[in-house]
Amino acid sequence: MSIDKHLVRKASLEKLFAVLKLQGKTMYAPLLRNGKISYEITGNFADVTIEFIQTTQSAKVAAFPRTEKLFNYTKDKEGVSVKDFDPNSIPETVVWGVHPCDAGGISPLSAIFNWDYKDNLYNTRLERITVIGFSCNKADEYCFCTSVGGNPGGVAGNDILFTKLGDSSDYLAEIVTDKGKALVNAAPELFEAAQDVEKEKYLADVPNRFNREDIKGKMEAFFESEVWAEQSMRCLGCGACAYVCPTCACFDIQDEIHGKNGMRVRCWDSCGFSMFTMHTSGHNPRDIQSQRWRQRLMHKFSYMPDRLSVYGCTGCGRCSRACPVDMNILEHLISMQEIKK
Amino acid sequence: MDELRNRAKELLESNTVQLIIGFEQGNGNKTRAVFIEKPENTSKLIFDSRCVQNLAVYLTKNEVKRKGKPAIVAPVPVLRSIIQLAAENQLTYASLVILGITPESKLVEFSTLEDIETYLDNFTLELEAKEKEILEKIDKMSPEERWKFWINELSPCFKCYACRAACPLCYCTRCTVDDNQPQWIPVPSHELGNLEWHIMRAMHLAGRCTDCGACADACPIAIPLNLLTKKMREDMKGQFGEVKASLKGGNMMSTFKPDDKENFIL
Amino acid sequence: MSEKNIYLPYLMKVEKITIEAPGVKTFKLKFVNDEDSNSFNFAAGQFGEYSIFGVGESTFCIASSPTRKGFIECTFRQVGKVTSALSNCEEGSIIGFRGPYGNKFPIDQWKGKSLLFVAGGIALPPMRCVIWNSLDLRENFKDITIVYGARTVNDLVYKHELEEWNDRKDVRLITTVDPGGETPDWKGEIGFVPTVLEKVAPSSQDTIAIVCGPPVMIKFTFPVLYKLGFTDENIYTTLENRMKCGFGKCGRCNVGEYYVCKDGPVFSGKQLKELPDEY
Repeated sequence: MSIDKHLVRKASLEKLFAVLKLQGKTMYAPLLRNGKISYEITGNFADVTIEFIQTTQSAKVAAFPRTEKLFNYTKDKEGVSVKDFDPNSIPETVVWGVHPCDAGGISPLSAIFNWDYKDNLYNTRLERITVIGFSCNKADEYCFCTSVGGNPGGVAGNDILFTKLGDSSDYLAEIVTDKGKALVNAAPELFEAAQDVEKEKYLADVPNRFNREDIKGKMEAFFESEVWAEQSMRCLGCGACAYVCPTCACFDIQDEIHGKNGMRVRCWDSCGFSMFTMHTSGHNPRDIQSQRWRQRLMHKFSYMPDRLSVYGCTGCGRCSRACPVDMNILEHLISMQEIKK
Repeated sequence: MDELRNRAKELLESNTVQLIIGFEQGNGNKTRAVFIEKPENTSKLIFDSRCVQNLAVYLTKNEVKRKGKPAIVAPVPVLRSIIQLAAENQLTYASLVILGITPESKLVEFSTLEDIETYLDNFTLELEAKEKEILEKIDKMSPEERWKFWINELSPCFKCYACRAACPLCYCTRCTVDDNQPQWIPVPSHELGNLEWHIMRAMHLAGRCTDCGACADACPIAIPLNLLTKKMREDMKGQFGEVKASLKGGNMMSTFKPDDKENFIL
Repeated sequence: MSEKNIYLPYLMKVEKITIEAPGVKTFKLKFVNDEDSNSFNFAAGQFGEYSIFGVGESTFCIASSPTRKGFIECTFRQVGKVTSALSNCEEGSIIGFRGPYGNKFPIDQWKGKSLLFVAGGIALPPMRCVIWNSLDLRENFKDITIVYGARTVNDLVYKHELEEWNDRKDVRLITTVDPGGETPDWKGEIGFVPTVLEKVAPSSQDTIAIVCGPPVMIKFTFPVLYKLGFTDENIYTTLENRMKCGFGKCGRCNVGEYYVCKDGPVFSGKQLKELPDEY
């Protein structure tokens, strides 16, 4: 479908936020806490961080929360009764202020959650999310979206994409989907006619750093190489990279019960943890950190494209920024590209 | 740091050690741990005020141990961790070479672990003014207010366990959170579960934590974990005296002295 | 959004508990709801997630044959949190079951061939489904041979069924125990499964070999099979792995580009060779 374009004044952003809130939507927006930006629920536009190169946590939390109830049950002497998840309990949600790398993360996440079996918890949440994205005017050395098929002004995954037009207080608004159109209809006075605007000249410069298909081939060819151990010696095996990543979806399933009322939940997990693949027998197929590091990279750059036709990395650079020991994924991908033996 | 580089090179060339654990330049303005096995690579070694990661965490890792005997670049916080690890029987003087770095960035080596203990007596761990202020504020809170404070501070935690992974004293091959018979600490991250994890970790570090700050530095969402560990240390100091490991006596919480206060029982 | 919640289990009643061996039990499970019972279908080789509400889920194969309707069976050893809670169940308890997941033994492709089943210890349950499946369709196959061994006589599972198979004229059953595991009145073989297999030397002509056992048994059984003339194309095995969701989302059972829960748990020898050594 063709993309409508509008001009939106800076002051109108706050008005749009208010309109959405008035509609009863749950607003996820980038909030600053202890110097780090994460997507949290807020009603106050004044708290929202507008200018940033990257947030610490991704926006996936709106569709794939860190802990999520699967269903409830009661259990006593008489037996067990189960109460299913109620889709109507999921509110209409707006995720405000995502960059194209996060919006681009929806595609790999949806691929995993709909692979043969359709995960209706994820799908319900996604259905009720409207994504309001902002193009990137600035980037830094951690960003590499253009190397993985992304773009600092990419519309994929967004319902509306705003691009700041330089120092003027105006934004170009691209209405990408029907959901976006519905938003425009809710506050049409905020969306003015757009002049002809060359979006590209306001976008950040993100140079291409590697060829994705080359790296995939190298990884597969060098599965047994020492390079994985060399790269991962300093890795501590925490879950920071997986948790801040917009496309990581590994999870654990746990039961929690108090008295006779209980629930089964799923929560984030990471293939980097040493116990991730541990069998009850004590056998651990990936008991060395280098195997787990290899799994992380190959899952994103080899297994996912082979099985789900989508790469598992959007080049947001969050993992590299969050890692306490400077495991920089861009650095490691480039060295993979250059590997000769 | 030519002195350091030359010494490291010498150790590798003579095969006294098979591995140097030190710092190298990372991406941007970061530094990071480096593992050097070839003498010519010792030129990568650096040391400056940015090098704050506690390298002692690697001394208990299997992947590192397999490389052979290490030499470790050890500024004062790392020296403290090494003494604590020795007091807990995780290493001996003979199992590694310690390349101590003074606060003036000079290389210093020690003949025994006891010498390091004596050297560390020159440095006392004091709270910074800002930390003192916050801890005093917390002390003045009622139990309900304190509960609310910590629930709020810890609610963003998503259980990535970077704090545990970065701590040199969290070397348990199977952490208490990994136990599921029984499940002492819930796996999912939610308000209560987060509080349980952090309190449990602080408890397990009581009397052992050397206040290196690695946990707070590692936390990707900048939760002020150091408040918990510092408060624990202050409480321990009040109850049992200055907190430090003793190579002769072991851990503070795993030893009993006849003159320990018993006013909570008697 | 009216799609089914894929994490919601069926409610199952434990109808019968059989103690197979020390620490090993078989549960016969019936669906609490008749509609579930009537609509449920599975194929030999598939597995499910069995759960105790309040404790958690555990992965076992479906050990009964799909030719027998109205119930399913599972056999498990008490080793961890969930299996301990399951072991404490009584007949009449309600547990949860999600499934069937995974792929199946390609039993349709084996029509007209002979079948050789080789199993060790607690690895007989994943094969029991396909053994009964083939016995229930006996006319479809030529010779059926079962080689099964355990550490001791006590550790042999499905003791009653072993007797039944032994008594049948259309099945050749060879049971064995490890040296030292025999009892005075033991009439079967004595020796490790691979050794006994080599001694028995069943023909590989037009035969499919289905193998399941602990890694060490598999490691020594494959060379014997090759010696007897089997090739990777006609050897099948079923793998176990750490699994949680059972349908390729949680990431745990990902081995190379394969997911044991989706591309397995049944793998041919050829596919097994393509898996990196991470299982």
